[in-house]
Amino acid sequence: MLKPIIKLLTSLRLTVTLLALGVAVVFFGTLAQTSDGLYVAQSRYFRSWFSTWSPHTVPWIVLPLPGGYLLGTLLLVNLISAHLQRFRFAWKKSGIFLTHLGIILLLLGQLFTDMFARESRMSFAEGEGRNYTEDFQKTELAVLTDASDRTYDSVVAIPESLLSARAETTHASLPFTIRVREYHENALVRARAPFVDTNRPPASTEGVGTRAVVEGRPPTREMDKRSMPALVAELVGPKGSLGTWLFSMVLDPQEVVVDGKTFRISLRDMRYYQPFSVRLLKTTHETYLGTTRAKNYQSRIRLEHPGGTGDREVDIYMNNPLRYSGLTFFQSQMGNELRDGSGRGTSVFQVVKNPSWIAPYVGCGLVAAGLVVQFLIHLVGFIRKKA
Amino acid sequence: MKTKLPWLIPLAFLLWFLGSARMPVDKEFSLNRFGSLPVVFNGRHQPLDSIARNALLALRGKQTANLEPWKGDFERPRIVSATEWLLTVMANPEVTDQWPVFRVDHPELISLLGLPDKDREKRSDGKHFAWSQVASDRNFQLMQTNSAVAEEKKAEVRTPFDQALLRLNSAMTLYFRLKNTIQPQDAKDWAAELATLDQLIPPGIAAARASEAGRPYDTNALEALLRPVGRMQVMSRLEPPLVIPPQDPVRQPENWTRTGEALMSHIRGEPLPAAVIDYAAMVSAFRQGRGADFNQAVERYHDRLKGVLPREILKTSREHFFNHLAPFYKAMVIYVAAFLLAVCYWFNFAEWARRSAFGLIGLGFLIHTLGLLFRMWLEGRPPVTNLYSSAIFIGWGSVGLGMLLERFWRNSIGLVVASAIGFITLVIAHNLSLKEDTLQMMEAVLDTNFWLATHVVIVTLGYASTFVAGFLAMVYIVRGFFTKSLDANTGRALARMIYGIVCFATLFSFVGTVLGGIWADQSWGRFWGWDPKENGALIIVLWNALILHARWGALVKDRGLVCLAIAGNIVTAWSWFGVNMLGIGLHSYGWMSGAFKWLALFVISQLILIAIGFLPATTWRSTVPKAAAR
Repeated sequence: MLKPIIKLLTSLRLTVTLLALGVAVVFFGTLAQTSDGLYVAQSRYFRSWFSTWSPHTVPWIVLPLPGGYLLGTLLLVNLISAHLQRFRFAWKKSGIFLTHLGIILLLLGQLFTDMFARESRMSFAEGEGRNYTEDFQKTELAVLTDASDRTYDSVVAIPESLLSARAETTHASLPFTIRVREYHENALVRARAPFVDTNRPPASTEGVGTRAVVEGRPPTREMDKRSMPALVAELVGPKGSLGTWLFSMVLDPQEVVVDGKTFRISLRDMRYYQPFSVRLLKTTHETYLGTTRAKNYQSRIRLEHPGGTGDREVDIYMNNPLRYSGLTFFQSQMGNELRDGSGRGTSVFQVVKNPSWIAPYVGCGLVAAGLVVQFLIHLVGFIRKKA
Repeated sequence: MKTKLPWLIPLAFLLWFLGSARMPVDKEFSLNRFGSLPVVFNGRHQPLDSIARNALLALRGKQTANLEPWKGDFERPRIVSATEWLLTVMANPEVTDQWPVFRVDHPELISLLGLPDKDREKRSDGKHFAWSQVASDRNFQLMQTNSAVAEEKKAEVRTPFDQALLRLNSAMTLYFRLKNTIQPQDAKDWAAELATLDQLIPPGIAAARASEAGRPYDTNALEALLRPVGRMQVMSRLEPPLVIPPQDPVRQPENWTRTGEALMSHIRGEPLPAAVIDYAAMVSAFRQGRGADFNQAVERYHDRLKGVLPREILKTSREHFFNHLAPFYKAMVIYVAAFLLAVCYWFNFAEWARRSAFGLIGLGFLIHTLGLLFRMWLEGRPPVTNLYSSAIFIGWGSVGLGMLLERFWRNSIGLVVASAIGFITLVIAHNLSLKEDTLQMMEAVLDTNFWLATHVVIVTLGYASTFVAGFLAMVYIVRGFFTKSLDANTGRALARMIYGIVCFATLFSFVGTVLGGIWADQSWGRFWGWDPKENGALIIVLWNALILHARWGALVKDRGLVCLAIAGNIVTAWSWFGVNMLGIGLHSYGWMSGAFKWLALFVISQLILIAIGFLPATTWRSTVPKAAAR
């Protein structure tokens, strides 16, 4: 019973099949990016166990595919068991051993990256400082507990997972409970129009929602846009309900006063706070002579710490990111502040945290070395025979 | 005789190459000197000759202007060099407005614009039309409105008609710019006009000031100045090439300007740059047919520049020579000749044919290498900087590998593969050069010589070796199925060659792909992002690994190996061109729909060969596969 299974798991036939399936998954996963967008396609085809692919125009054709996790796992099992079962070490095969060791490291490294890496952004105009990065894929409902303190923000943030589950949230520093009544992954929020919306009740009983309506939309698939979630929640204080409130990414923070204390609530990109802050000093956007083609984007920033010790200025530009405190900041976009009319330069950094960044370096080194060794052994043998 | 042929044939081609390397002798006007003058266009310093050639490529897909396209090749139609065409456009646009240099192929567009059919009597070939025809008052409006509509559409949904329309529209814009580079397009004698300009300025400015202050002023003086001002504003707004060099080249070497802008600053009180006057002298002399005066003006300007901008002058005259030399075109011709000789060997086993082919490919490879190095020297960059140069480099790598194979096996197979891939990739490169300036500056994110030299070069060699393996496999199928020339030894040798090259391909494509990941990690903090081009490279690695494992596990014999290697061609073509057609991701720098047809044809041809590979051995003309395909 066990023997045929072991034979299958260690067989080269399985390797070849898995590689062929790998080619198929990568190919269809790439094709799907045109319609689903990079992010959705990635999680559907590569960060999954199973998936299906259908042509854009002929949705009834359904091609079942294994997901990236399944293929990766099976390849690992195949590789490791083959080595345990069949391979006997010989100098003639040292290259193959090295190569396979590197492949194992690469597969594991990618798995760890998928599990632990986190991408976010930091965006600001010249002169501004930030002590947090924002995750453009995730949302949170943030309650600023002491709106009167201008120097320090103390925030209670409720993640999207709790909001979309319509959970009820209480917190020690909040004198009210938040009950989510309505949640839209993507929504259009617009002003309530006379005649058109007469029969429709306002989105909420309090705040700006009394003058607005909210309409659910399917999640966006375009690569450079994001879904705009919205929710309606009831706030319940010790003395009873404070009414329902509409929160959306497109709305400014709204103030709720309980017992003379002001709370500022908004739905926003999820923030990761850092123990230091980054201040944008100057942006430089060079173009090639007489054209609009970008030659260089460069941001001069200052790293600032609460005590003021260890502050320093750094230039971040294309192909030259800043690595600091386990994060990598790289130049992503550049523009001009249009909202306040100052025209100050603005800059967006992509900020990546990846604790397993070293794995691919080592893995690749091993594979490359292994391939070179193995092919040299072959080549020398071949030339000797020819000569 | 036959023993000498392997020397004589390459020698003849070498003499042809050396002979054509000499610059043509100028007749009345020193066009060579004029063509090498430096200007700034497309964000880079280049000789006027490059602007002329790229413009003609954009207008009519050739680097020369045929003024009588209705005549056959043997009727000696009047053909004008790129530089002469550009000079005439800039100096005497009334004449060039009548030259049929705008190529329009789409029948709907031809009928929309009411362009004439092919008719010798009316001096029309039905494909090439003059500015006066495509930009007549009626057509100008039509072009404007229609191309605005086409412009609105996304690139993927544009019809061939839209594309033809937009292509013509941008060709027209370019021509319009060039006409207004040195002088306003309606100038009759620009040097004389310029000389009178200074007399108009003081009274005109005085009148303008008075008018602003509400005092009485000289209307005639104001109008006399406003007329040229309006023309100059049009000139600079069109964004023609920047022909006026920096006034202070030491401190502000990047301060090139357009003629219109220089004139406007002059009217505001700054001194008129000498270049404006020199160029005016050139165009007026050329227009009036005064050769000696033209040559004198060109020399005067050239000498002045040499003193202040020696580096730019050197660079642009090199580029001018490189344009003329056209090494890749000549290598392409040599590869064709070599291919014919190498194939010839398979049928008569004449050693002289094989050795001649080897010599020719060696010569082609030498010229190919020379061109590659020249380009690197011009750009100051590693060999691969864009899709165009990747084609050149894939060809180069494949030819090198093919010659290496031939050194070991001496059966002409390496030569056929080398010359075939060399020729095809250079044709692809030529077609890519029709799209844009091949020496264009790089986008900011790609601007790093270290990674271009490592990741890009190695991954491109991975493409090249995968193609070599695929082409070897094609030789196996074609010779085995269609001819009796594939004997047991050749078949076995081919399979071993394929296996060896796939090993190389695995190494290069893996290391190249991984270096790309490391570049991404270094610059963006993420090693792998599932970007389409990354995925394409990954597919090549996976496929090569698959071939090796299938071979090691004895899952395939020779014929199976051959079919897998041919599929490698499809995989590589997809990664090289296919993903760019998706128009997404960081690497989508070359959207091209025209190439889609060719990609599809290539894939189909490869699928047919694979299908043949599966046919029973009895249907093959050579007898070997029966044994080999156990």
